[in-house]
Amino acid sequence: MSKDIRITKGLDIRLVGESEKALTNAPRSRTFSIKPSDFHLITPKMVVKEGAKLQAGDEIWFSKTQENIRFVSPVSGTLTEIKRGAKRVITDLVITADSQDAYRDFGKLDVASAKAETIKNRLLEGGCWFFIKQRPYDVVANPNLSPKAIFISAFASGPLVADYNFTLQGKETQLQAAVTALSKLTKGKVHVGIGAETISPMSNLKDVIIHKISGPHPAGNVGTLINKIDPVNKGETVWTITPQDLVIIGDFLLTGKYNAERIVALSGSSLKSPKYYKTKIGAEVSTMVYDSGLNEENVRVISGGILSGKKVEKDGHLGFYDNTISVIPEGDDYEFFGWTKPEFNKISLTRALTFSWLTPKKKFTLNTNTNGEHRAFVQTGLYEQVFPLDIYPLQILKACMVEDLDAMEQLGMYEVAPEDFALTEFVCISKQPHQDIIRQGLDVMYKEIG
Amino acid sequence: MSLKNKLHDLKMKYKGTKMAPAFNALHTFLYMPNDVTHSGTHVKAADDLKRTMNTVILALVPCLIFGIFNAGYQHYAAIDQTLRLDPLGNFFTWENLTLGAWTVLPLVIVSYVVGLGVEFVFATIKGHEVEEGYLVTGMLVPLIIPIDTPLWMLVIAVIFGVILGKEVFGGTGMNILNPALTIRAFLFFAYPTWMSGDKVWVHEAVERDALISAGSNLDAISGETILGTYAQNQEPIYSIMDMFYGFIPGSVGETSTILILLGGLFLLYTKVASWRIMLSAVIGALTMGLLFNGVVDAGWIKDGSNFFGLMSVPFWEHLIIGGLAFGIVYMATDPVTGSQTNKGKWYYGFFIGFISVMIRVFNPAYPEGVFLAILLMNVFAPTIDHYVIQGNIKKRMKRLKIKSA
Repeated sequence: MSKDIRITKGLDIRLVGESEKALTNAPRSRTFSIKPSDFHLITPKMVVKEGAKLQAGDEIWFSKTQENIRFVSPVSGTLTEIKRGAKRVITDLVITADSQDAYRDFGKLDVASAKAETIKNRLLEGGCWFFIKQRPYDVVANPNLSPKAIFISAFASGPLVADYNFTLQGKETQLQAAVTALSKLTKGKVHVGIGAETISPMSNLKDVIIHKISGPHPAGNVGTLINKIDPVNKGETVWTITPQDLVIIGDFLLTGKYNAERIVALSGSSLKSPKYYKTKIGAEVSTMVYDSGLNEENVRVISGGILSGKKVEKDGHLGFYDNTISVIPEGDDYEFFGWTKPEFNKISLTRALTFSWLTPKKKFTLNTNTNGEHRAFVQTGLYEQVFPLDIYPLQILKACMVEDLDAMEQLGMYEVAPEDFALTEFVCISKQPHQDIIRQGLDVMYKEIG
Repeated sequence: MSLKNKLHDLKMKYKGTKMAPAFNALHTFLYMPNDVTHSGTHVKAADDLKRTMNTVILALVPCLIFGIFNAGYQHYAAIDQTLRLDPLGNFFTWENLTLGAWTVLPLVIVSYVVGLGVEFVFATIKGHEVEEGYLVTGMLVPLIIPIDTPLWMLVIAVIFGVILGKEVFGGTGMNILNPALTIRAFLFFAYPTWMSGDKVWVHEAVERDALISAGSNLDAISGETILGTYAQNQEPIYSIMDMFYGFIPGSVGETSTILILLGGLFLLYTKVASWRIMLSAVIGALTMGLLFNGVVDAGWIKDGSNFFGLMSVPFWEHLIIGGLAFGIVYMATDPVTGSQTNKGKWYYGFFIGFISVMIRVFNPAYPEGVFLAILLMNVFAPTIDHYVIQGNIKKRMKRLKIKSA
């Protein structure tokens, strides 16, 4: 069964530095890092102490509020350091890896015949629950709630992000096992979005509904998929999961081993040879960045895409959910009359002496400069051009800023995640931090409404 | 050490001090700052508020230059009516330019100095950056007032407008009323004799009257606006082309419809202003004009009536006389005070055009209504948006009900 979805509002940001479709094994990372901040609103409670020996799959901590959500080690090694921040919050867990991974065996599961409860418990026990996120609130799914549907987007429309059609090649068995398992956890359907003009490894899966999506970014965002198919109403929950995590889940169910393997796109204009690397969750980014080589020294390394990723240091680590590492030039320099001179080398939605509209196919080299200072919201009508959801973006942002819970609820806050506002943030003339505003708004709602 | 590094050192030195906003305002004018993104999107589009505001100013420059020449031209033409026989030949002259510059530039300078002064003071007190909104307001103000407005009046009006029209709400982006129009409205209600009549539109006309009554042997000069002429049920002496090109008396920058049209097209082309507002405002004005024409054609109003002259103005002529075109292009499209939803913009623009022409015809004190109409719709813009957004909210509620039913 297949349905077509066409997105017209949006913006394809074309950038220099797309990864070459060639897979390299990344050098084994010496340390691996787990940042609990990747799991929003979850407080970890440690199971093991510093110095503990771990196999891949061994439990490290569980969620304080939802004790059956367990986090397991992505590699085998020694937990060498627990870094803490203000109020003793755990900021970072550092595992010094063994040279070879030894796996804890959870046992194989026959997905086709297994009951929903068995599957759920297995995923919770094996640390795979963290891959399942929920809306509302864009947090790790609450296992006590049954979702009305599960959404997966295998259409990577964002700038410089890993192309699923490449990274999922040959993973059909694992994907099938995972979606079959997940389809038992929902009363509704599992919806999969794939790019309309490409051949996706996911297009022949069973137990799912395939949607062919076309149009500019954010056509591939899972939030867009949800909004066009079955928007979240008050009181409802949907789950979202990324295809690369399905592979890990599928592999886990089929073999009984937690193999946290990631195929990561290393991309960006600052890199000598941007390409794909095979590594593991939490690996050092330097293993790949220096393998590829840098064109310049003053760079920003981002774990994730340039629109919603997190800034990491050059000796930082790959985030839990990320399948892309972007490296772009820092923009910490002044530009003489930069606010008024004609601009050919930056992307713009307007034509206010900006000429990117003349060269729609051109690939740009953008840096991290904000191109202007933070201001109050002034210009209107611009966000709507890049925002395909049936929601008023400016109004919902303002509702979040003033923490007007009623307005947030009415305007559709249950349906959105910060990444849905990445493009409006990109084009924002007032340089407002849209994604942060939405995240804080969701947090307020979570606290007040739950 | 280069200028860039020197300024950077100064910026660091002033960081956190009271000097910072003032210094940064000048610094960022010269150099786009070295700020980088931290969270969220790591790259940003090229446009910022300075660029946007600058685009509007660029669109206003032709009107300003024309206004300077027109100030001189109207003065000399009022003295020597024969000049009007060949407006094009007698327009771009040195005499017009020098006289115009001498009268218009002080208005521009006072408007900017006083307004930006207020902005700097508020930015320093509140510790935020100086915002760019006044760059456009400061340019609009001299273009929408009569040529001989005394500078002290302008000073008071600008201070009033910037503080009560904008700063009390929290600065650029937070205001309800268009600051330039607030300034204009203040002048209109505080000093009505300076804002209307047949003397204020021509340089020195008021002064001459005073001299004549003091016994000087001079010819009185005057220049009634076209709307004023119609309001007295007379036919204007200017041709349609004069009106379209702008060789007519009126506020400094509002007369030349062709340049406003070009400025408007530039704003639409750069996508800085909303085409929805402009288009619907034009439709609104034409609709009201047609209604009035219909009333006149139906014979419901006698030609002795006070309103007959203005009501019988051909509906399309409303667009090229008075300040309607200027208001629609440069002031109705202000994104802060206008409707913020795309659907709302259609209603907002339509009513601006519609009400402008209505006030213009029915206002007994002053035959122009654009600024009042825009201010009125500024107040109603949030209400329009409210109902537009309710549509979205209702749709969401309905979806929920179908689900739970």
